[in-house]
Amino acid sequence: MKIEQGNSLWSDAWLRLKKNRMAFISLWVLVFIFAICFILPATPLINSPRHTNLANSFAAPSAEHWLGTDQLGRDLLSRVLNGGQVSLLVGLIATLISIIIGVSYGAISGYKGGKLDTIMMRIVDILYGLPFLILVILFSIVISSAAKEHEPKLLNSMPEGIVNLIVNILPLCLTIGFLGWYTMARVVRSQVLSTKKLEYVEAAVSLGLSHKNILFKQILPNQLGPIIVYTTLTIPGFILTEATLSFLGVGVQPPNSSWGIMLNEGANYMETKPLLLIFPSIVFALTLLALNFLGDGLRDALDPKASKD
Amino acid sequence: MLKTIIDRLLQGIIVIVCLLTLTFFLIRMIPGDPLTDEKAMSPQVRKENMRIFHLDKSQPVQYMHYWKNLFKGEMGKSIKKEQPVSKIIGQSFPVSVVLGVSGMLIAIVIGIPAGIISALKHNSLIDNGSMFIAMLGISIPSFVIGPLFAKFIATQVPFLKVAGWGDPFDWILPSITLGLGTAAYLARITRAGMLDILSQDFIRTAQAKGVSQTSIIVKHALKGGLVPAIAFLGPAFAMLITGSFVVETIFQIPGMGQHFVNATIERDYFLLQGMVLLFGILIVLVNLAADILLTYLNPRLRS
Repeated sequence: MKIEQGNSLWSDAWLRLKKNRMAFISLWVLVFIFAICFILPATPLINSPRHTNLANSFAAPSAEHWLGTDQLGRDLLSRVLNGGQVSLLVGLIATLISIIIGVSYGAISGYKGGKLDTIMMRIVDILYGLPFLILVILFSIVISSAAKEHEPKLLNSMPEGIVNLIVNILPLCLTIGFLGWYTMARVVRSQVLSTKKLEYVEAAVSLGLSHKNILFKQILPNQLGPIIVYTTLTIPGFILTEATLSFLGVGVQPPNSSWGIMLNEGANYMETKPLLLIFPSIVFALTLLALNFLGDGLRDALDPKASKD
Repeated sequence: MLKTIIDRLLQGIIVIVCLLTLTFFLIRMIPGDPLTDEKAMSPQVRKENMRIFHLDKSQPVQYMHYWKNLFKGEMGKSIKKEQPVSKIIGQSFPVSVVLGVSGMLIAIVIGIPAGIISALKHNSLIDNGSMFIAMLGISIPSFVIGPLFAKFIATQVPFLKVAGWGDPFDWILPSITLGLGTAAYLARITRAGMLDILSQDFIRTAQAKGVSQTSIIVKHALKGGLVPAIAFLGPAFAMLITGSFVVETIFQIPGMGQHFVNATIERDYFLLQGMVLLFGILIVLVNLAADILLTYLNPRLRS
């Protein structure tokens, strides 16, 4: 006897996503960008992003330097890819931090309810009123200067690459992540608030399950849709924040590179060498565009009620 | 309604106090003090300077002192520029406000009509086209658009300049650069809000009664449909006024942006605190205005 297989939320969502042409193209664009940023630099095809050659600065695109070279004669393509690694990494790690904080905060607030909920949400209201960019600039300078102080000590016990990551990249991720969780907290709270009234949660309560079990094993897995959607929409925002900070000179510091730094340098040579701005801009905008389209598509696929189409 | 306003005002005051307190202690957590960079300073001069700026006292004492002066209307002196903070802000704040407000106007003038038209022509070429453009506007940051404008527009149009802030013509490119991203967000939010309202029963009732399409849109749909867009205006303004840091850098505009980044890096305590205070007040006031407008538009918020 053949049993009719029901469709899960995920297979339904996948089908809906596949029908959304822009979102589906975006997914492949993102896979492509991640692949070239993280895999291509490891192959011998690509020059080192830090190798300078002043005799060959501002070279036009050629077989050796596919996108030409920059003001210091560095290979532009390898710099775009290397900068992409940093930008994407900062976006992803910062998002991860903000998701962890936002989901736990929102879940506890919504689940506990009552006075605690009122107070917790009031705090979020106040934090929401603080100007994001101003605090990000302040915090990132404070945290990076603290990290710099520990640099010599860390260098004794760890390889240089990891120390560089901890001292130069991690403070940015922490700053953005710690300041960017408010919306996620609100989203999760309102979801949990409505879910906890459902019968299956009541059943879990009457079975005597612990609060921890009910919240994290019964309620939260049901909120995965909105969480995924909002995560996808957070990443481009954070990549943009990193780029803004680096553009203003308070983000990633040279000789490290990121798309924000490249856009800043490119803007300086805009008059005479527009390619230096145009190439990083295209990759940067394409990444953000794809992430935003994918986020929109995921919202339509996972949360049909929230989509306004 | 009065209760809402008082409530929001109180919340705004808490926001400003939190902001100032955070700034005060954060900037002092950066190792060293504002005077360490001055190499030529003799120990006596240094000591004297520390005394003048009260930097020799403990942080809580400095903090209390700062508030006391603030209530007297004094923001202190810039440590690096040797000028009163109020003077520096008096010169640069109006520039940032003009830029922020004109950016906001651009965002509203482009974003809201685009959103309304998209909603009315739902799923048409206009709708899809303008939503695609809106997505571009969200994804392409001002520091890419700005230099492109400078290169391809400012050099072509005779009365536009690549940089500077002399006559009102100089306002055009920076405000467009600043406002475009927000316009894109506004268009998307307006469209979503309008679509939500247009699908409701009372609109269908009005259509069934034979009310003209224009009248339905203007009298019935707009009021509710614009609520999400107006709720977004407060955060949008905060985004714009701080986003102006970037635009000011691109077009070399003498606003607060340059001072802000420098003051943070150079640990110019009083200048930074003064600027943060003004930004805080401005953002709180705009949020308040948006909230009042919102209660006026949405009767459900009035009770």
